[in-house]
Amino acid sequence: MTLPDAEQLFSSLVDQIKPLVTPDTAIVGIHSGGVWLMERLLSLLDADVVHGTLDVSFYRDDFASRGLHAETKPSQIAFDVNDRNILLIDDVFYTGRTIRAAMNELFDYGRPASISLAVLVNRGGRELPISPQISAAEIPLPPEQNLQLQRDDNGRFTLKLERADV
Amino acid sequence: MFNPQLDEDGKLKHLLSIEGLPKQILNQILDTADSFAGVAEREVKKVPLLRGKTVCNIFFENSTRTRTTFEIAAKRLSADVINLNVGTSSQSKGETILDTVENLTAMHTDIFVVRHAESGAAHLIARHVQPHVHVINAGDGRHAHPTQGLLDVYTIRRHKPDMHNLKVALVGDVLHSRVARSEIHALTTLGVPEVRVIAPKTLLPEHVEKLGVQVYHDMREGLKGVDVVMMLRLQNERMSGSLLPSAQEYFKCFGLTQEKLALAKPDAIVMHPGPMNRGVEIDSSVADGSQSVILPQVTYGIAVRMAVMSILAGNG
Repeated sequence: MTLPDAEQLFSSLVDQIKPLVTPDTAIVGIHSGGVWLMERLLSLLDADVVHGTLDVSFYRDDFASRGLHAETKPSQIAFDVNDRNILLIDDVFYTGRTIRAAMNELFDYGRPASISLAVLVNRGGRELPISPQISAAEIPLPPEQNLQLQRDDNGRFTLKLERADV
Repeated sequence: MFNPQLDEDGKLKHLLSIEGLPKQILNQILDTADSFAGVAEREVKKVPLLRGKTVCNIFFENSTRTRTTFEIAAKRLSADVINLNVGTSSQSKGETILDTVENLTAMHTDIFVVRHAESGAAHLIARHVQPHVHVINAGDGRHAHPTQGLLDVYTIRRHKPDMHNLKVALVGDVLHSRVARSEIHALTTLGVPEVRVIAPKTLLPEHVEKLGVQVYHDMREGLKGVDVVMMLRLQNERMSGSLLPSAQEYFKCFGLTQEKLALAKPDAIVMHPGPMNRGVEIDSSVADGSQSVILPQVTYGIAVRMAVMSILAGNG
């Protein structure tokens, strides 16, 4: 199948996010793809926006079966989460389990006013009552396929489809 | 070669000593510790990784700092923690180490943290526990104290990230020190190019240079140009015979003072595993001075122990 151009999707994502950013907004990218998207997004916004990053390794629900990811990154939430409107950013939305883990982690920093979710691609297949408020594309994919965001040396995005090791 | 610390896939199963562990596992522990370091700054100083797991601290030998930091680390991982002070338990009634461990395993303990005055105690336990149980050596005799060695190199990495360009000096009672042995293995495995030991002949093990270190008996000579000064505790309680004339004499030759520290690089850091003998191996003005990272070592120790426990538990 032909995948859409990731750069075009990113522009569309930025257009959808921009009107929602208020002074109470904090943007939080999820490692790794979500952080890449957030970094580019921040450079395109008119004002400085409070932001942070999450690595949900310590909150995943498959720790018992898969162990700790070999490359964990520190989560960096340097702002006061209490009463913030948090906009979570991730590259691909699938089962919703990563987002559950991210929400659990956020609540250990404080009680946000709200949390919403923006993703580049919603590939369908959610297993929890969680769904993105914003997605630049909906591309239904079977479980045997794995959709990944990639970033080249110039910071440009591409999407790549791989066989998933199910 | 069979390594009781690793499973058949080369993943960490027990942490018994740093000797024999590949660089990549040491780096995985240090990188993971970086992620845990921030947990203490949050409103909820806990992550749910070890929820439902039981960690048992069995200390056959006294320790305050090590036992407490293991306990805090396990609690910040949401594990349940049992502290067994063996002096007051069944051991004094004649139960063997393995009986004690089997009884605790029957109570569904998942991780044992073991300190013992005899070298090899943690190995013995690791060889006999059920496959799902993990053992962490928290100090065995003169042999090893791997989490201390790891937290020391973690401290160095935080302050001097380029490990491949460092001169590190260990000063003091290397002979009786399991900490020194673990530090030397950690430093050389991670590629620190120059590790020096500075001590009187009576406090150095035979053939210590085979560990890949340079030996100095003159502290002033040995400290010249180093980036890191790691002081060792003078192990009074283990000192038998007359290895040293007196504590005063020792301080004169091997105690760290401002004047001797000035021979190291201007931005050198000073470390000590604790507990310190002020005025014996280290002067108070140095221990409390601007180059001292002795208290950060304690704080980092929690993150490093969280990393070790979560990696072990995650490896099944």
